[in-house]
Amino acid sequence: MMAQALLDIVGLSKRFGGFVALDGVDLNVKQGERLGLIGPNGSGKSTLVNCICGTLHNEGGSVKFDGKKIDGLIAHQRTRLGLARSFQLPRPFVGLSIADNLRVPLIYTVHAREGRRFTRAEMEDHCGEFLRLVGLADKAKKFPRDLSMVELRKLELARAMAAEPKLLIADEAMAGLSHSEVDDILALLARLSERGITIILIEHIMRAVMAFSQRVAVLVSGKKIADGLPQDVMRDPEVERAYLGQ
Amino acid sequence: MRSSVFFLIAVLVGAAVFFGARFVHNEYIFFAGFVILQFIVLATAWNILGGYTGYVNFGTAAFFALGAYSTVFIHKLYPLPIPVLILIGGVVSGIVGLGMGYLTLRLRGAFFSIATLALAVVLQTLIVNWTFVGGSRGAYIIRPATAPLIGNYIEYMFLIMLALAIVAITTARVIERSQLGYGFATIRDDEVAAEASGVPTLRLKLIATTISGALMGMAGAPFPYYIGYVEPTSTFGLAYAVNSIAMPMIGGTTSWIGPLIGAILLGTIQQVATVTISSAVNLLIVGLLLVAFVIIAPKGLIGLVQDFRRSRGG
Ligand SMILES: Nc1ncnc2c1ncn2[C@@H]1O[C@H](COP(=O)(O)OP(=O)(O)O)[C@@H](O)[C@H]1O
Ligand SMILES: [Mg+2]
Repeated sequence: MMAQALLDIVGLSKRFGGFVALDGVDLNVKQGERLGLIGPNGSGKSTLVNCICGTLHNEGGSVKFDGKKIDGLIAHQRTRLGLARSFQLPRPFVGLSIADNLRVPLIYTVHAREGRRFTRAEMEDHCGEFLRLVGLADKAKKFPRDLSMVELRKLELARAMAAEPKLLIADEAMAGLSHSEVDDILALLARLSERGITIILIEHIMRAVMAFSQRVAVLVSGKKIADGLPQDVMRDPEVERAYLGQ
Repeated sequence: MRSSVFFLIAVLVGAAVFFGARFVHNEYIFFAGFVILQFIVLATAWNILGGYTGYVNFGTAAFFALGAYSTVFIHKLYPLPIPVLILIGGVVSGIVGLGMGYLTLRLRGAFFSIATLALAVVLQTLIVNWTFVGGSRGAYIIRPATAPLIGNYIEYMFLIMLALAIVAITTARVIERSQLGYGFATIRDDEVAAEASGVPTLRLKLIATTISGALMGMAGAPFPYYIGYVEPTSTFGLAYAVNSIAMPMIGGTTSWIGPLIGAILLGTIQQVATVTISSAVNLLIVGLLLVAFVIIAPKGLIGLVQDFRRSRGG
């Protein structure tokens, strides 16, 4: 029915031992859409991201990306297809400089995808562009240990963007950021969205979610309990109950 | 510096070392130098896997012995020139390295290391029970009296190991500066994040085990002609595993120069100790130095220098 679905998740289930982290989640994201994904802590949002991106393997259900079933693919193959994500807890390459951190997706995703090598100058340009986008240009030669937590989150986001994805998933990239920094990241995501990149934003800051999202899905205890226009979802009594019940 | 320029400089340094050693006019220099060069190759090879990707291989002796026993096997059939034997030893142990990678690289951390140790035990057991290559009694290899080109056989062997060391170091440096080097570094730091950035971690680790294993086997291939008598206990000896880990750790594992410095330093100390005290203290010395460095300077001598420069630079 939705011909232009970029991401199509059907009945996704994931358990850790006896604990059911995801219980038959269906989720559909259209090409170019901006989706907000919310839910209380521990509801399975990050686990869902991990299953979509191949970091974890789901026992049940399936994930279709860009019209292709990707269940059997390992993480780097999915990244090369155009799926990129930031990690909720930043996972920088600590032995590489900030600029080199961004070089990795350029070399291993963008190169590999396009089948061509960047020249040294092109590489510098690309790295510089992404560093400027997240406001880390003056830290290019520093190492992750020199960055604050907030800067690490920005690096995390920049590295995901550097992979030039079709779908970008930002997993709580704004936690700890100041009001104006949240606005900066929102503006950045809006620009990416204008370029046609589909974005899933996982966030606790409701102001950001409401400002960003065209649609909001709600996850509670591994189940999707609501999915629709932001205003409608926020008025949903079940959603209210889930949030008040915390 | 371009790799070709680096290689040229390495060759010049190598030539200086060779003619310097000749100038001394003492055969012992060549015997001792051969062992140190052999450790440079082993330490550099170990570091390509252990230092660059962070996978600690306890099985250096197995790869070294594979090279040595390939030579014994071929010597029994039809003696070939040492450079050819080095290539054969490299192919054999490279293939075993690839196989070991396939079997073990899904294991992380300590489990991978234990698996490499197990490989060494299994291979040693096979060799002990293989009478064609001498079994547990060992095999004698009669070294030819004269060598091609140079005449003196030990000088010839020294020269070959020198060339191999140059090849190994250049290889390590090329890897370090290539896209492969970036990929290896991401594996060392965080494999999950590496995959998420598009790095095919398994393939890269297989490349590392293959190159590392091949170089170790190449280091072992000339060994029977050097030692004259090959038997499993010493060829699979603890000294190879311990030294090939200790040398990069002491020098520094993030760059090609670390294993080189570590091997020269530890190799020389051990050669001196062998002459002045006894070879029995060698492993003790290496062990103590390793412990000291792990505690005081976990990033090795390179790390110390870098920290010093940084603190001076503000
Ligand atoms: N690797 C894991 N092993 C075991 N349990 C896990 C693992 N990852 C997540 N969980 C559990 O799954 C649940 C969902 O976690 P998560 O997806 O991180 O939630 P969210 O991102 O919505 O806060 C939590 O109860 C968490 O403890
Ligand atoms: Mg989470």
